[in-house]
Amino acid sequence: MVDPRVQIEMYAWMKLARTFDEQMVAMWKQGRGLGGTFSGRGHEAIGVGAGMALGPDDIVAPMHRDLGTYLVRGMSPERIFGNMLGRATGASRGRDANLHGVGDLGLGIIGFISHLPQSLPTTLGVAMSFRYRGEPRAAMTFVGDGGTTSGAFHETLNMAGLWQAPFVLVIENNQYAYSTPLDQQMHSPNFSERAGVYGITTATVDGNSVVDVHAACTEALERARAGGGPTVIEATTMRMLGHAIHDGAEYVPAGLLEEWERRDPVAGHRRHLTEAGIASEATLDRLDVAARERIATAVAEAERAPLPDPDTLTDGVYA
Amino acid sequence: MNDNFGFTDAPASAGRELTYLEAIAEGIRLEMERDENVLVMGEDVGGDFGGAFKVTRGLAARFGDHRVLNTPIAELGFTGMANGMAMMGLRPIIEMQFADFISTAFDSIVQFASTAHYRMGASVPWVIRAPSDGGIRSGPFHSQNPEAWFVHTPGLKVVAPATPADAKGLLAGAVRDDNPVIFFEAKPLYRSVRSHVPEGEHVVPLGKAEVRRHGTDVTVITYGSMVHQALAAADAVEPDGISTMVLDLRSLKPLDTEAILTAATATGKVIVAHAANRMAGVGAEVAALVADEAFDALDGPVRRLGGADTPVPFSPPLEDAYRPNAEKIATSIRDLAAW
Repeated sequence: MVDPRVQIEMYAWMKLARTFDEQMVAMWKQGRGLGGTFSGRGHEAIGVGAGMALGPDDIVAPMHRDLGTYLVRGMSPERIFGNMLGRATGASRGRDANLHGVGDLGLGIIGFISHLPQSLPTTLGVAMSFRYRGEPRAAMTFVGDGGTTSGAFHETLNMAGLWQAPFVLVIENNQYAYSTPLDQQMHSPNFSERAGVYGITTATVDGNSVVDVHAACTEALERARAGGGPTVIEATTMRMLGHAIHDGAEYVPAGLLEEWERRDPVAGHRRHLTEAGIASEATLDRLDVAARERIATAVAEAERAPLPDPDTLTDGVYA
Repeated sequence: MNDNFGFTDAPASAGRELTYLEAIAEGIRLEMERDENVLVMGEDVGGDFGGAFKVTRGLAARFGDHRVLNTPIAELGFTGMANGMAMMGLRPIIEMQFADFISTAFDSIVQFASTAHYRMGASVPWVIRAPSDGGIRSGPFHSQNPEAWFVHTPGLKVVAPATPADAKGLLAGAVRDDNPVIFFEAKPLYRSVRSHVPEGEHVVPLGKAEVRRHGTDVTVITYGSMVHQALAAADAVEPDGISTMVLDLRSLKPLDTEAILTAATATGKVIVAHAANRMAGVGAEVAALVADEAFDALDGPVRRLGGADTPVPFSPPLEDAYRPNAEKIATSIRDLAAW
């Protein structure tokens, strides 16, 4: 069994991510946002479970549904909200939008680009640098079901298998690529089978169970660091809101959302903690309040923060 | 395979003269000796084979397979991989087997690598070696000069050496640069040009053009294989009493604007010539720069010579019609001199 303190920490991070997400969605609906943004509602167990499995020297390239990974890795809510609001204090200093471009190599985070499958070969390169230097480190990234149909996905898995790189990929199968359901994306959505033919260890986990995601990622990362090669983990979940804030996702059958709502990862883990006697309702309530306060502080600071000086337009184009 | 594509081998000579290809190979070897973070990767570069053009031959034996990585045919993937390696402090030299194939890697270059520092302050210090250019009867997909795509992309640097010494020196400059650099090698020069190359460390700074020939009547601004065609054209018009300056850009991004304006102002008559097709090519940017900033010094229109707005054709009469050459440049020099 996972250490009870770790399980409570998982709840705290998921609650922080969920609270951030809800606050963000509310702000954008109120017109307090800037540009578009992407909700990760329903993906908290994946972002947090994977993020907590990473070691201090590992490197991760999360995507736009993985807010929990950024938070666990030490990216402050202020820097992320600041990024979303285009502030000079945001992670990309006003250069990139929402969770895009939110990277900081000092925290071991690579910022993704909108061409999401790009994170795969990039992260494989990070893994290959570890192999090149003989360092016991691993590199992890994420992709949606949508990204698995790209050429970059297959090119990367082929090379990861060929070189047995210390590379871990989490496929967040959230049933939709924007408006297109799985059955219109591929003949057979068996991701483990696909990765397996490239010589990669595979696992399929309940992406709404933070404990299961954490266990699968921990095992994969340990294997990678020890020279045991790459792993692809399929984490099954559901995108609970639209592709982006503007998208009402009317194309998703209501029944499907109701089914997944019953499997909500945050509420589910809370239930598990209380039923297993790991934490009391009062303890978890205190964590809920702490998350709300933390996010309120972050939003207030981000909204107060300055916008970038237009004179800095060309700063940083070149190293 | 005829590695030389019908070009006559450069005459052998004693001492420190190298072909363009040998100079690149020496540049790579010295950078790998200097810095263990430098590695070579690409299709067929490893083992005893040493690449389609043999530029990397001997490197695997000298440095080991882990520093000379043979990749599958997956330009998008292995260039993306180089992005990750470079962010971790390695300095990959990627051989794109032919520059024509670079389009397959486009996202990894123009979307990820070029923006990483602006977005997240992460430098991506790789070099892509791109064997480019035609005139060697290789058809539409082994003859291209795609430099304009990358000159148009913020965050990249682009170089195009014309001489063996610059090929070695710019290679070193590109490897040591903290940004992604695309190094366009002119295939027709690989074995047809042989000249002095400094021994040992030799670094040519990026962004510095070089006057190859001084002149007072007409200035030809060019790069890559067309430098040699421009020099031949300058010789050809000399008996007519026309004195031609030839400026070799060497770096296409950043452009040496000061050298361009100085060379344009020196004669007041400017021809920009490149092997890439003329439409929206690098020559258009150079011509616009001259028109913008040296207009008062001009005594005639800025002429542009470049490939036709067609795919690069295979058959000799068609390819010759497509490409600029010394004769066409000489005709343009005479026309402009008489303006």
